[in-house]
Amino acid sequence: MAVKTMTKLTLGPIAYHWPADARRDFYARIADEAPVDEVYLGEVICSKRAPFHEADLPATIERLERAGKTVILSTLAEVMLKRERKATEDLAAMEAPEIEINNAAGLFARGKRPHRIGPFMNAYNEATIAWMAGKGATHVCLPAEMPAPAIAAAARNAGALGLGVEVQVYGRASLAVSARCYHARAHGRTKDNCQFVCEEDPDGMPLRTRDDRPILRVNGIQTLSESYIDLLPEAARLVADGVTHLRLTPQTVDMVAVTQVFRDVLDGRMPTGEADSRLAMLSGDAGLSNGFYHGTAGYRRIAAAAPT
Amino acid sequence: MSLAELICPAGTPAALRTAVDAGADAVYCGFQDATNARNFPGLNFTPDELAEAVTYAHTRGTKVLLALNTYPPAGKVDLWRQAADTGARLGVDAFIVADMGVADYIARTYPGIRLHLSVQAAASSPEAIRYYCENFGIKRVVLPRILTIPEIREIRREIPCEIETFIFGNHGLMVEGRCSLTNYLTGQSTNMDGVCSPASDVEYVRDADGSMSSQLAGFTIDRFGPEEKAGYPTICKGRYTAPHRPEGYYAFEEPVSLNLSRLLPELIEAGVHAFKIEGRQRSKSYVRGVVRAFRAAVDDIKAGRDANIADLIALTEGQKQTQGAFETKKWR
Repeated sequence: MAVKTMTKLTLGPIAYHWPADARRDFYARIADEAPVDEVYLGEVICSKRAPFHEADLPATIERLERAGKTVILSTLAEVMLKRERKATEDLAAMEAPEIEINNAAGLFARGKRPHRIGPFMNAYNEATIAWMAGKGATHVCLPAEMPAPAIAAAARNAGALGLGVEVQVYGRASLAVSARCYHARAHGRTKDNCQFVCEEDPDGMPLRTRDDRPILRVNGIQTLSESYIDLLPEAARLVADGVTHLRLTPQTVDMVAVTQVFRDVLDGRMPTGEADSRLAMLSGDAGLSNGFYHGTAGYRRIAAAAPT
Repeated sequence: MSLAELICPAGTPAALRTAVDAGADAVYCGFQDATNARNFPGLNFTPDELAEAVTYAHTRGTKVLLALNTYPPAGKVDLWRQAADTGARLGVDAFIVADMGVADYIARTYPGIRLHLSVQAAASSPEAIRYYCENFGIKRVVLPRILTIPEIREIRREIPCEIETFIFGNHGLMVEGRCSLTNYLTGQSTNMDGVCSPASDVEYVRDADGSMSSQLAGFTIDRFGPEEKAGYPTICKGRYTAPHRPEGYYAFEEPVSLNLSRLLPELIEAGVHAFKIEGRQRSKSYVRGVVRAFRAAVDDIKAGRDANIADLIALTEGQKQTQGAFETKKWR
């Protein structure tokens, strides 16, 4: 158990366009109540949204740090326009807090100064991770679609280089990004005149198949999984395989309670059976899935092997 | 003036010879495994076939570009390295890469062979492109299909390498190299396995009312009336419902194909060095028709003549076509 308690819980950046006051309330609760060690902040999906919450950023950072959390600023996943290039460059110029880079434009701007590699950087293998480490990467968040054997091999090699290794264990998986805004498209608009309609869907806009089966979620230019990734049953195995950080991504559920379940399981305070049902209850209507980890379709839920 | 090279698809040895004969400046192809992004059954080359193809192409002055443009999962990197070793031994003219580990291996091991940055690397800004140029000696970037021509012109001024753009064929909607939609529904990954909406998971199901559902791994990607022609269930070309769109709509894009023939003169003027025709999965006759038509058009433009654009438009007759992001920002 002593080893397990070394495992850090992190809170990924908010993917959605939550209103500024909702974000303030959210992070106040996280600071005061959530047993997470590290919190990623910043707009990762749409550069148009950033002005709505940038002003609050210094206060949020201060609040979280005062509560003992490590804060990391995440850069945009897609960098194309002038304002996106500028935003990436500005973040890369910062000395503190740490930054997590999600686009090669950020790597270019950062040079060899220390940084984290975000889940959009496609660090799929040991050769790429070694390359990145040689350029100043201190930590890598693996892509959400990686299966267990690849995670183990990547973690072993990254660990040997002294890097932190992070895997998403809760929340919707990012499945695609595009230059086109699908939220705007659904409302007959374009990205340039979107009127921030994505704010209506704080947990993504649900897409259903024409025979009415839930399939995907739209978040501006991003497409997400309908189900939440849930690797709680696999957490011990991830830790044993060398994963040092477990990432929970914010959804519109009680994230304080969700992080508490993960912490309790890691610390051996809650039996996994009880934890699984508690997490399912906290996740409400969302389906839970672990298919990617088990090397099968991502939406699937693979049951844990019966204890022998 | 740009060279305006025509880069043509070679899914099979026969398609490669067809493209070479029809006037390709270069052909691109891959091995029969996960090392390339068109890892489809019945496509691609054995090492022996590639050896013959390189000889055939080089004898006729055509270059061969080898696509190693997927992302090796940890523990399987050797497959990509061996593919690079084989390609180098067979004398390919360039490797098309996306993964940094793969790029680094080739840059160190075969410094004499050109590296092209695949669209799968999703480098869409001058800074991202320069990162790959400075670190791996990339000689050409294949730009994502998300930029307008003025944006391409600006990028051209800020990067030290050549630019290749897609001009014709399938119109990908998602940022390439960042899409796990197929893996989410089928368990096969576009990035790690080179698979996109695989045929092995496709089923067409006739419903009681006579309509047809085209399904991928049991998910209905679209539904067609008895009079409609059922389309292939590519996830990003499907019709879905949303709270504001209960009738069902193309949430991402209609099943259109890209055709930039009208923009060809402007793209050449913007400094694009090479034009890529998509379609390694297409037939020989398709390859022949498309390559011939674009060969004639490019030659006309380079000679200062008006190109016969009508021939190029006719290539997609009966199909919807688009100029996508290249024409206007409103596409976004």
